Amino acid sequence: MPDSPATTQVATPVTAMEHEAHNPALLHHFVDAQQQKNAASLGMWLFLVTEIMFFGGMFCAYLVYRLKYFNAFAAGSQQLSIALGATNTAVLIISSVTVVLAVKAAEAGKRKVLVGYLAVTVLLGLTFLGIKGFEYREKFERHHVPGPTFQFTDTFDDNGRQIPVDSNEAQLFFSLYFAMTGMHALHMIIGCGLFSVLAVLAWRGHYSPGYFTPVENAGLYWHLVDIIWIYLFPLLYLISRHS
Amino acid sequence: MASAVIPANQAPKLNYLNNGHSLRSWLLTTDHKRIAVLYLISVTTFFFLGGFFAMLIRLELLTPQGDLMQADTYNKVFTMHGMIMVFFFLIPVVPAVLGNFLIPIMIGAKDLAFPRINLLSWYLYIIGGILITHVMLTGGVDTGWTFYAPFSTEYTNTKIVEAGLAVFIAGFSSIFTGLNFIVTIHRMRAPGLTWDRLPLFIWSNYATSLVMVLGTPVVAITIVLVAVERLFHLGIFDPRLGGDPVLFQHLFWFYSHPAVYIMILPSMGVVSELIACFARKRIFGYKFVALSSVAIAVFGFLVWAHHMFVAGISLYAAMIFSFLSFSVGVPSAVKVFNWTATLYKGSITYATPMLYAFGFIGLFTMGGLTGLMLATIGIDVHVTDTYFVVAHFHYVMVGGVLMGYLGGMHFWWPKISGRMYPEGWAKLSALFVFVGFNLTFFPQFILGYVGMPRRYWQYPPEFQVLNVLSTAGASILAVGYLLPMIYFLWSLRYGPIASDNPWHAAGLEWKTTSPPPTFNFEETPVVTWEAYNYDEIPDKELEAPVAR
Amino acid sequence: MSKFLPLWPDQASTMSGQVDALYIYLLLVAGVMTALIFVAVTVLAIKYRRVRGREAQQIEGSTILEITWSVIPFFVMLTFFIWGAVLYFKERTPPADSTEIYVVAKQWMWKFEHMEGQREINELHVPTGQNIKLIMTSQDVIHSFFVPAFRLKQDVLPGRYTTLWFKATVPGRYHLFCAEYCGTNHSGMGGEIVVMEPRDYAQWMAGGPAVPLQETGKQLFATLGCATCHRSDVQGRGPNLVGIYNKPVLLEDGRTVTADENYVRESILNPTAKIVNGFKPVMPTFQGIVSEEQLNALVAYVKSLAQPTPGSAGLQNEPAASPAQTQKTQVQ
Repeated sequence: MPDSPATTQVATPVTAMEHEAHNPALLHHFVDAQQQKNAASLGMWLFLVTEIMFFGGMFCAYLVYRLKYFNAFAAGSQQLSIALGATNTAVLIISSVTVVLAVKAAEAGKRKVLVGYLAVTVLLGLTFLGIKGFEYREKFERHHVPGPTFQFTDTFDDNGRQIPVDSNEAQLFFSLYFAMTGMHALHMIIGCGLFSVLAVLAWRGHYSPGYFTPVENAGLYWHLVDIIWIYLFPLLYLISRHS
Repeated sequence: MASAVIPANQAPKLNYLNNGHSLRSWLLTTDHKRIAVLYLISVTTFFFLGGFFAMLIRLELLTPQGDLMQADTYNKVFTMHGMIMVFFFLIPVVPAVLGNFLIPIMIGAKDLAFPRINLLSWYLYIIGGILITHVMLTGGVDTGWTFYAPFSTEYTNTKIVEAGLAVFIAGFSSIFTGLNFIVTIHRMRAPGLTWDRLPLFIWSNYATSLVMVLGTPVVAITIVLVAVERLFHLGIFDPRLGGDPVLFQHLFWFYSHPAVYIMILPSMGVVSELIACFARKRIFGYKFVALSSVAIAVFGFLVWAHHMFVAGISLYAAMIFSFLSFSVGVPSAVKVFNWTATLYKGSITYATPMLYAFGFIGLFTMGGLTGLMLATIGIDVHVTDTYFVVAHFHYVMVGGVLMGYLGGMHFWWPKISGRMYPEGWAKLSALFVFVGFNLTFFPQFILGYVGMPRRYWQYPPEFQVLNVLSTAGASILAVGYLLPMIYFLWSLRYGPIASDNPWHAAGLEWKTTSPPPTFNFEETPVVTWEAYNYDEIPDKELEAPVAR
Repeated sequence: MSKFLPLWPDQASTMSGQVDALYIYLLLVAGVMTALIFVAVTVLAIKYRRVRGREAQQIEGSTILEITWSVIPFFVMLTFFIWGAVLYFKERTPPADSTEIYVVAKQWMWKFEHMEGQREINELHVPTGQNIKLIMTSQDVIHSFFVPAFRLKQDVLPGRYTTLWFKATVPGRYHLFCAEYCGTNHSGMGGEIVVMEPRDYAQWMAGGPAVPLQETGKQLFATLGCATCHRSDVQGRGPNLVGIYNKPVLLEDGRTVTADENYVRESILNPTAKIVNGFKPVMPTFQGIVSEEQLNALVAYVKSLAQPTPGSAGLQNEPAASPAQTQKTQVQ
């Protein structure tokens, strides 16, 4: 890892009070802005690693049950709308692009462009959540929400051959569907909140080409949430479309 | 003695302790040293709470009949003992107290990379702690600290969800601490302090932090799944609905086995510091000791299923996990051999911290070797889920972690408090701890092999003698733990003032004042020396190395 | 075993001595290692205590030493691993001629059912010199079947079978414990294994009239209507079950599985999970319709169909004969 002590560039020892005047965003315990930025981005990457492990537990449960109950999982999957899922995938990919553009705008110091892209990102995030909510509502109506009211009478259409599936096993699919997409949606909501705050701060001129680490790190977070969906979409929506 | 005491005419310097006295200046502090003190107080509180439950367990087991309390009460008592000791004492104790205090100072930084996140970690810990206390006061939990499904998800009617939430929140405290440490160690080192110059305490905390960051999220999501399953009966771990309870065990142990390395690694780091200082030598095979910490952390992730040899996993999976489990034995053995070799041609004194280090080596060796017996699958079938396992992990957790922690507390107490502790009392209590510990837990090895299962409220009468021995030992152990609590408090007011470096030790923490100023160093130090450069440190006071 | 201060458990199965032998080996190695470390630390700490005028000698370390004390322990551990794995393999592989006993665990009792139909609660009678295979399942939470005198333990899981086998050697009464925490009365969920001479055991067995387990299963097979599809003369809508036990079965999706106890069990409770090649998924689930005991009887019946003369009434009255016949068919 490229981490020779960041402070080696500083030839003379720096006292605690000396550097506070330079940059209002520079916290007292860092030697310089570069060190602060490096620390923040390493911290963010580590946080993303914990997020991957967090979702990893659910992916692992999914893997186990998908192998064990393939028919039920395929039947459950066939009840999801590929069109809506694909639309959401597109929405998220576009939002990742707008996030990149927002970071570029911050780097270039274009305040209004930055705020604009952040707002678009939030809008795209809300669009995703709206579509997701629509899908959830449909699941409620069709009693596909796990719990006492759960009903599943559909069969797995394996190239025209109808294979009946156990309702408990289908419930497992929907449990994991709701757990995984729900946890993902929670992350989306947090992301939207984050970008809204950033947009307000950006509007007030908090960020400059010299300091836009929060925008960059929020962007990293958003990309991760996006990538998790890129995995969720095929696993949950597309698994039965084999052979 | 002269250098150990600051002359009376010198005005007290501004340090982190007297820099603000209001409650607010403590509760809203971002100073890593003050946060360490907050942790010290809260962790100690939970230790004595957990210890209280341990005493209840030992008292109940004095007689074969369950006559002190109801079976349900007993089940809740050992559950609380486990949860409090694991999640609220052993996991945070060394990193959050000693690590928090020392890591920035040892690497010449002014603070951790994210001071506010550090404070947030403490608050998360406290919220988790309050929740678990609330659970305890309003009915308790009775699953054991392991939350095994489907008992936890479908059968018990105790407060699983709330206890799970407490563990979940405390888990995030641990994740943020680990994240903070990794970033700090990567990005905040003083000029010249390269990786091969780092104290071994830093290396071991670095390895610990890796485990915290990678493992804790998995147990967090597992507990979320347990709670969701319990609330909505989804069937993820319920075989009646197609779920698999063994999957829960895999997910749980994927974190909870590495978690034991979260506990032991920092204490190993402490022991390296102690042995180097009191043998006045560089640690033998520095590189191997440093890398063995990382090796333990990495291998630690590959061995979780050794908790499940009789749980219904396949024959071949069991064999693979048995083999991998032995692989953790090698780096652990390397550490013990290197510590022992460091003593060779040293100049050894027997101050209290060193006594604890000796105790650590002995007890950890026994804990480790019995761990190898448990990794031997043919034996594990007989002794798993018996008192043999209980004895084994107490040898590692109490004999190891706690010995290291107490050694470290005595060693750095002058730095933390600015006062010396009373050496005579400290040696006496170290003796109590060592004798009491062995008397408590050694009989449990025998008890386990003759077949007493763990978590038993009543037991066949022939097991009584060994249980009585164990309870007798526990009372001695309790005295051994209460004594330091008393004399540390006493020394805060009456202890002799400590010099900046009472042990004439190497390490940046001894180059600043005792207690250190808020920003640790007047000037950021530039490091031009290797760790443990004891040959360069004059040690003039051969007669009186310790201030009395 | 001393009743006052037991330091070593009774040895009552063929496995006890083998586990003890390995344990003693481990104790010796561990004892030598511990003594080595203790003596080394003590001697070094005294010999190199601080003395005026003698300074510590700085020694960097030694790669040769490091390799030595990594490699030697590794090979010592390798002996632990190999010996332990071999022993585990024996512990986990029931001999083909084992007499089978079905075990159902529930909060907080052990229920046993012999093939001959005898039922017991919290007490299990077994003969010496006979390989016994326990086919165990739980009605609720996870339990663990633990007999210290046999040095054996196996978790008992809800929703599937786990197995354990032993061959008792010394007549007597031995503790049976539940070793996996299972709730309020976990420590009370014990019992006794009564090991008897074969002659006494036969006498005990003859003690009461009982319907053999596979006979119960056969009746259930008829009353539940299984026989309408699973015919034994011609192929019905379901596969013919004669002789399928422990044989490979080709599934619809191309996989081949062995028709062991867990397969039969799953096929009753969750028929669509594994569909046999050439059949339609038309069987309804029996989850919630049959109890664990009835399920055991059905499984025992399906297994008995593997006999060369299915449903033969003669073998049930001679307990010693049935395992031998089972063996013949299983080794084919």
